[in-house]
Amino acid sequence: MLRMVPLPRFAGEETGACCFPPPCSEAKRGRGTTRRVVEGARRSALGYLGDEPMSRTQGAGRAAAVAVFLAAVFVAIPWAIASTGRTDLYYTLSSVALLAIASGGVWLTFYIGRINIGQGAWALAGGYASAVLVATYGWSFWLSLPAAGLICAFASVLVGLPILRLRGVYFSMVTLVLTEVARLTALALPITNGARGITSIPTPGPIRLFGLTIVPAFDSLAEPNRAFYFLSAAMMTLCFAGLWRLVHSRLGQLFAALRQNEDLASSMGVNVPLLRVVAYAISSFLGGVGGAIFVAIAQSIYPSSFTINDSVNFMLNCFLGGLGFVFGPMLGTLVLYFGWDLLFQTGPYQLLIYSGSMILLMLVLPNGILSLLNLRRRAP
Amino acid sequence: MTDPILAVRDLTKRYGGLTAVNEVSFDVQEGEILSIIGPNGAGKSTIFKLISSFVTPTRGEVRFRGEVVSGLAAHVVARKGVVRTFQETTIFKGMTARDSVIVAHHLRSRASLFGFFFGTAAARRDEDAFGRSADEILDFLGLGAVRNELASNLPQGHLRALGIAIGLAADPKILLLDEPFAGMNVDETNQAVEMVRAVRDRGVTCLLVEHDMAAVMKISDRIVVINFGVKIAEGTPAAIRADEKVIEAYLGVEDESIGL
Repeated sequence: MLRMVPLPRFAGEETGACCFPPPCSEAKRGRGTTRRVVEGARRSALGYLGDEPMSRTQGAGRAAAVAVFLAAVFVAIPWAIASTGRTDLYYTLSSVALLAIASGGVWLTFYIGRINIGQGAWALAGGYASAVLVATYGWSFWLSLPAAGLICAFASVLVGLPILRLRGVYFSMVTLVLTEVARLTALALPITNGARGITSIPTPGPIRLFGLTIVPAFDSLAEPNRAFYFLSAAMMTLCFAGLWRLVHSRLGQLFAALRQNEDLASSMGVNVPLLRVVAYAISSFLGGVGGAIFVAIAQSIYPSSFTINDSVNFMLNCFLGGLGFVFGPMLGTLVLYFGWDLLFQTGPYQLLIYSGSMILLMLVLPNGILSLLNLRRRAP
Repeated sequence: MTDPILAVRDLTKRYGGLTAVNEVSFDVQEGEILSIIGPNGAGKSTIFKLISSFVTPTRGEVRFRGEVVSGLAAHVVARKGVVRTFQETTIFKGMTARDSVIVAHHLRSRASLFGFFFGTAAARRDEDAFGRSADEILDFLGLGAVRNELASNLPQGHLRALGIAIGLAADPKILLLDEPFAGMNVDETNQAVEMVRAVRDRGVTCLLVEHDMAAVMKISDRIVVINFGVKIAEGTPAAIRADEKVIEAYLGVEDESIGL
C-alpha cells in the first residue's frame, strides 16, 4: 500500500535548534488564541516537570480516563465487533495498535530532539528476528517477542552511537536511509530468505504455567484474530503505560533536558551520548516488538513488509496526535489509519484530500490533535 | 602558595593553520575570582571551552586538583566539579526556572534511574531534596519570585541568574562564567557583580571570561589578559591597569610600522 504523504514543516530547524514541540513559531505567540494553544501545548508537553501537587480532581480525572480507555479497548470494542459481526475490524484494529507501538518509539526519539524516519527498519528487523527464531529455530513466539525487541535494542545501540551525533535534518536523512538499508539487507541475507521472505510462520503456541494453560494456542481458537487483537491491545497498553511512566520519571526529565539543550545538559554532568543511545534503544525496542507481533498475525514477512512509507507514517502519527503528549502517537495512528481508509470513497481524489488535510492540520493544529484539550481546559 | 585548584599548562589549540590559543599557562587558586580578558577574537572563549573540555587541546593540559582533565568528556569534567555556564540565553527554554534547576541536580541523585522509573522511596526522597535545594538556590540568586515562570518568558537579567543557578545546582568546585555581564546596564551589572561575589562566598571558585572592564576591575582578585591567543599579562586589577602591554593591546600604540 503506497501512502504518499507530505512532510510536515519542521519549525525550529530554521533556527538550527531542535525546538520542541516543533511547529510553533515565535511569531505566532503574540496572537490570543494561538498563543494560548501554543503556550498550553508547551506547558503540557513539559508540564509534568512541574512539581505542583496534583489536585484530587485531576487524579480522579486521570484514573477515570484510564478506566474509560481500558473499558473501551478491552470490553466495548470486542463487544461492538461481536454484535455487529464485523470481525474484519479485529485485524484492522490490531494493526493500529501495533503501528501505535512503533510510533510510540518514534515519539520517544522526538522527545530527545531527533526526528526519526527510520522506525520501519526496526519494525522489519524485529519482524525478521521473531520470524527466524520461530520458523527456523523453533522458538516459542512468546520468547521470540522480547528477544526481537532486545535484538533491535542492541543493534540500535551499535547504529545509534555514530548516527545520534547528528542533529536536525541530517539525523532524519540517515534514519530514512536506514529503512532502505534494512530492506536491502533482508533481500541479501541467506537467513532472511531474500525476496521470497519467510512464510507459513506458526501462530503463537500456548503459555502454560505449572500445568495451567494461561493463554491457549492461537490456532486452537475459533477466532485467532480476536486473540491477536487482545494481544496487540494489551501490548499497546503496556508499552504506552511504560512510556508514560518513563517520561514522568527522572529519566524523562533528563531526556527533556537533552532535547532543549544538549550542551547545557552535558555542562551539568549529564552523559549526553549515553542517554541518547538509551532513548534510541527503547525506541527501537518498541519498533521491534510491534514488528514481531505484526509478523505473527500475517504469518509471513518480506523485505517490503515495512518500507520508507511506513517509516514516514510512524513519524506522521506522532505529529498528528501531538508531540507534546505521550498518547499522541496512539491517537495519531488511529486517525491516520482510518482517515486514509475513509477517503477511499473519494476515488482518485483520495491522495489529494489526504495530503491537503494533513497540511491543513499542521497549519491549524501544529501541536497535534491532543492540543485541543488545552483549549478546552483553558476556557472559562 | 597552596596548590591551585585549576592549573592550565601550555594550553594550545590550533584550527588548521590558525592558532587560537598558544601556550597559555596560569593557575586558579581556591576561592578566588579570576577573570580572563582580552580583545575580541583573542581566544578567551576557546580557553573556556578547553578548560570545560568541550574542545580538546592540541597541546598542553588542564589539571583540576592535580588531575589532568583535558581530553575527558565534557560531562565527566562537569561531574568532577568544573562546571561552565553559557553566554546569553543558553538555558532550557521550555522548562520553568525551578525545573531547570531541579534537572541540574541529577548528579547528586543516589537512586538509580530505574529507581525513578518505579518511584522507589529513595527516588522520592531525592526528588524532595532536589526541590528544596533548587528553591534555596533560586532564592539565593533572587529568582524566588519567578521560579514557576517558563524560562523563555524571563527577562535577560533573570536568564543570566538562571544560568548561574543551573551551574550551581551541578555542585561545582569551580564555576566558569562566560561573559556574565554582557549586554547589561550599570545597575544590572552591579547586581550581577554582587551575585558572583555571593557565589564565591559560598565556597565556589569563579573563573570569568568578560568584556566589561569596569566590572572586571571591580570583581576580580586577579586578571589574566589574552591577546592573539597568547597570555600577555597576569596580576591584580591595579597591576593590569598599569601594564604597558595591556594598554597597547586594548588601545593600540602609536606605531610607525603601520607606515603612515
